[in-house]
This record gives sequence, C-alpha cells and structure tokens, in this order.
Amino acid sequence: MSVEVSTSRPPAEPVLYGLLAEFDDPAALARAAAAVRQKGYTRWDAHSPFPVHGLDEAMGARRTRLPLIALIAGLCGLIGGLKLAWYTNASDLAFMPSFLRGYPFMISGKPVFSLPANIPVVFETTVLLAALGTVLGMLGLNRLPRLHHPLFASERFARATTDRFFIVIEARDPRFDRRAAAEFLRSLGAAAVEEVAEGPP
Amino acid sequence: MTHQPHNTQPGQDRHTLPFPVSPAIPAVAGGFLVAAVFLLSRGSADGMRRFWLAYVQAFAFVLSLSLGALFFVLIQHLTRAGWSVVVRRPAEILAANFGVLIVAFLPIAGTVAGGSGLLYRWARPLHVTQEAHARGSPLLPAARAAEPTEPPRAGGSAAQADGHDHDAHGGLDELTLKKRPWLNGPFFLARWAAYLAIWAVCGWFLLARSTEQDASGDPRLTLRLQYPSGAMTLLFGLTVTFAAFDLLMSLDAHWFSTIFGVYYFAGSVVGFLAVLILGLMLLQRLGLLRASVTVEHYHDLGKLLFAFVFFWGYIAFSQYMLIWYGNLPEETAWFARRGASTAEPNAWSAVALVLLLGHFVLPFAGLLSRHAKRSRAMLGGWAAWLLAMHWLDLYWLVMPEAPAAAWPPALAEIGCSAGLIGLFIAGLLRLASGRSLLAARDPRLPESLAFHNP
Repeated sequence: MSVEVSTSRPPAEPVLYGLLAEFDDPAALARAAAAVRQKGYTRWDAHSPFPVHGLDEAMGARRTRLPLIALIAGLCGLIGGLKLAWYTNASDLAFMPSFLRGYPFMISGKPVFSLPANIPVVFETTVLLAALGTVLGMLGLNRLPRLHHPLFASERFARATTDRFFIVIEARDPRFDRRAAAEFLRSLGAAAVEEVAEGPP
Repeated sequence: MTHQPHNTQPGQDRHTLPFPVSPAIPAVAGGFLVAAVFLLSRGSADGMRRFWLAYVQAFAFVLSLSLGALFFVLIQHLTRAGWSVVVRRPAEILAANFGVLIVAFLPIAGTVAGGSGLLYRWARPLHVTQEAHARGSPLLPAARAAEPTEPPRAGGSAAQADGHDHDAHGGLDELTLKKRPWLNGPFFLARWAAYLAIWAVCGWFLLARSTEQDASGDPRLTLRLQYPSGAMTLLFGLTVTFAAFDLLMSLDAHWFSTIFGVYYFAGSVVGFLAVLILGLMLLQRLGLLRASVTVEHYHDLGKLLFAFVFFWGYIAFSQYMLIWYGNLPEETAWFARRGASTAEPNAWSAVALVLLLGHFVLPFAGLLSRHAKRSRAMLGGWAAWLLAMHWLDLYWLVMPEAPAAAWPPALAEIGCSAGLIGLFIAGLLRLASGRSLLAARDPRLPESLAFHNP
C-alpha cells in the first residue's frame, strides 16, 4: 500500500541504498557475516570499531591485491632509476636537444655508467615508487577520496566507530529483496535493521 | 578479544624433550674431530695456518648463532613482545649456550698467548720484530701482494705466499706496529674475557629468570627481565662490534672498516633466525610445541628473516661501495684478495658472486611474498639455504687469508665446522634436557597463542 503511494510521487521516495543491521558484539557480527555470505549475497560489508579476528574469513573476503601493486610500482622505480642514472650520466642521444642530453661526469675514474654508484639512486627510486604505489593503490582500491557515503545519513551508524557492529546489504545485490533481506537480518540476531537511502545525486 | 584463537591450549601440548639425550656424544665426537684435524694439519706451517683460520671461521659461525639469539631475546623483552612468547624459550637456550663457546675459544686464546703468530700476525712478540731490525733486514714498510702500486717485496715469493702483514723475517710491519696498543696478546685476551663474560651472564640471566617463571608463574619476573634489557642491548652492541674487529677483522691487521661489526651482526641474526626456524620445525616433528607454534609465528619469523637478509645486503653494500668509491689501496686490497673485483677476478670471485646472489638477491625475492613465509616447505628451505650462506659468508671473510687458495672447503674447514657444531649442539642438549621448551607461565603466553597476522 505504502509502496503504491510513494511510486505515485517519484521524487518523494528516495532510492534505497541498502539495509543496515546493527549487532551488539563482535562475535554476533562474525556469525552474522558467515550467514550472510552463506546466503549468497555478494554486495555487502561489515563495519566494526576495531579489527575482529576471523571476520575476513567469515566474510570470505579475498586477500587484497595491494602487494602486487606495490611490487609493480617498485619494479617501475627500479627500472626507472636505472634509466635515469644512465640517461643523465651515460647517454649520448644526438636527436635530443642539447639541454636535455645527458652529461658524462667523470668521478674518481669510474666508468660513466657504473652500477655500484647508481645503486643508492636506484634504491631510493624503488622505495619511492613502491611507497607511492602502495598509498595510491590503497586509495584507489578503497575508492577514496570520497566525500560522502549514504551510510553517514544514518544516526545509528555513527556508533560504528565506538561500540556497535554493523552489516550492510546493498540494494544493488542481485539477490536483494527489501523484505526478505530485512527478515533475514533480524533472524541473525540484529538489534535493529534500518533502511538507508541513497544520498542526493 | 572474544574470538577464540586457532590454537589449542598449551596444556595439551608437549614441551619437554621426549627422550633423554646425552650431550656427551656430540661433545666427544666434536672434540675428537677437531683434534684429529689439528693433528693431520701439523705437517706444515701452511697447514697449521689453514687449520687455525678454519677454526676461527667455525668458531665465528657457532658464536654468531648464540649472539643472534641473545639479540633476539633482548629485543623481545625490550619491546614487551607478546607474539614471540611461544618461540622465546628455544631462543633463550641458544642465547645461553656460552659455556661451550668459552671452551671453544680456549684454543684461540692459547695460540694468541703462545705468540706463534700463526693465526694473528700481530700476536707475535715484539722482540721478534726488534731482532729482525737488528739484523738490518729491509723490513719496513712491508709491501702487500695485492697492491700493484707498491714496490716489489723485499721478502720475495716466500713472504708473498705467507701472508701480507709481516715480512719474510717474521717481524711486524710499521702499520701493524702502530696498532700494537690495541692488537697485543694480553689486551686481546682481557677483552675476550670481558666479551665472553658479558654474553654468558646476559644469556644465563635471560634463561634462568624465564625458567624460574615456569615454576613460580610470578609476573614480576617478566619485569625483572625487561628492566635490564636496555642496558644489556647497549652492551651487546659494543661487545659484538669489538669482538668482530678482534676475531675476524684483525686477521688482516692492515685493513679497517668501521661497519665491519654491524656486518657480522647482520649475518649473525640471519644465521640465528634460520636456526630457530629449522629448530622449531625439528621440535614439532619430534612432537613438541605442536599446538603452540603456528603458521602465524613462522610467518613473523619469516618476516624477520626477510628483513635481516635485506639488512645484511644493505650493510654489505654500504661497506663495499665506500671502499670502491674511495679507491684507496689499503682498503681495496681486502676486497681485491676476496675477488670482489671485475678488473682482476680471482678464485674467490665466484664465492663473492654466490654470496651476492645467494645471501641477498635470491632470498630477498624468494621471501618477499606472504605465501612463501607462510609455507613451511618454502620457509624451511630458505632458512636452510641462508644458514649455509651465512657459513659461506664467514668462510669468504676468513679463508682468503690462508697461504694457498683455500677453496673449495677441505678437511680443515669441514672438520673444524663439524666439530664445533657438534660441541655447540652438545651445549644446547645440556641446556634443553629436563627444561620446558615453552615459557608456559609467561603472562603474555595467551597473547602469543592467540597471535594472528592481519
């Protein structure tokens, strides 16, 4: 009944973001997470004020790809550092304009491209790019920076950083059904279940 | 944390050696082996020189394992580490193994006190040099074989084959004489008495107080272990640095490198971590600590091993690069003799290359991933490999001082190392028998049992 009323006035009915379920303790959260996963939901998340041992396993969370990003960025830094050292000190590229050409510095009789002398540079560029790759990769994988999130509209959710534990099933989950999902979350022992609207576009 | 750890409780776990093992067997076998090698080497002066170098290399190897353990245990107390409680007792036993190391040092003390100069050239009594002066020999300065800029050596081929910091007449050259205030027999022996006493007392204290807690369960013992660990760490740093100078660097009394002590320390921790990882795997195979030590603890030991592999590479390169850049003959000669030169490679160049790849590049890549550190086969494999590389590293430091090319390892090196390892194992068995291999009443044990990598 209420659904029909609301569809007659489309702007008044906000788009549903998902269902927010509140739990009292981390053990209940971990149990609920395992059940949600078992039910076959794929677009959902758990929120806790602190890391909960075993929650990743209960959620079936895949390991992050961040180490791979760091490795690739580090290797780029390694190769880039070597190229930089070679280009600035040992290259003689006739097609480059003179102010962009390398300059062969002769230092204590060493060859102009000398690996031991370049290793400190290569080390630094490797560390620099690996660190930048890790930070930027982390931000990218987390879709950050992001100025607003629909969950911030929920007053209840403010306690996710102090003493409450939450599971959110998003409306875009293919198995999502508003009533069934709410019923299911209550059956897992949720202290409260709340509908959260998508924010203004 | 309410989440139940993966471990079962330590009460279900066995943590004493299941069978009585007599330390006498490896001790007697090891002593016999070293004595046999000594007798077989007695034939020539070169043979004796090589025996003594091999003995010092073997001693530096077993000593480094206990020093690495001492560092590890101290750092655990200093940082109030919780994760490591289940692996700390085996480390404490390694760190307290200085009884046999003192015995193993006695022959070195003997040869220094005897003044033969077979092992340390600087240990020759001064009057030998003065007599050489009196004979009017063209004694000073001694040229060094590895330095093409020096004039030809007065002593000729005999001196060249014999060594590089003394001449054919047995005297000491001027550079070595300048270092006599530090490098002389009595002071060397006094210093070593101090080093060994400090290490032995620290190791004993850490093991004894920790074992006392097994019986009493008194949490104040944890604080008693923690309070002096800062001062002991400082003492450790100083003694290890100077011990490395005395034991290894002074084999070539001309050469100097202030980072040398750190180099020895870095390798020591690599060697110790390898031994701890392999030792825990062995104990678990024997049915001990099965439920206490989990993949999480191996993972963390693997991280430390990885870190110290890189630290060793970093220090080794720091030492090399400054000397390479400065290009001063009195510094580069040491590396030149060890084949670390592309201009004039020698028989040791292959060893140097194996160390670069095997002690740094390959294990760095191999231990980089989380998967490798959590795989028992891969971590154990790298630990065994790195222990061998640590031995080879010391070999490369010491054996190029031998008169003739001491590569590949022969009777002297294998015999001395096997013998001292036997003695070392005997000491470990003596300390381990009848003792719990788990700090079962440490107040941080539950934290360690529940330890879980994020």
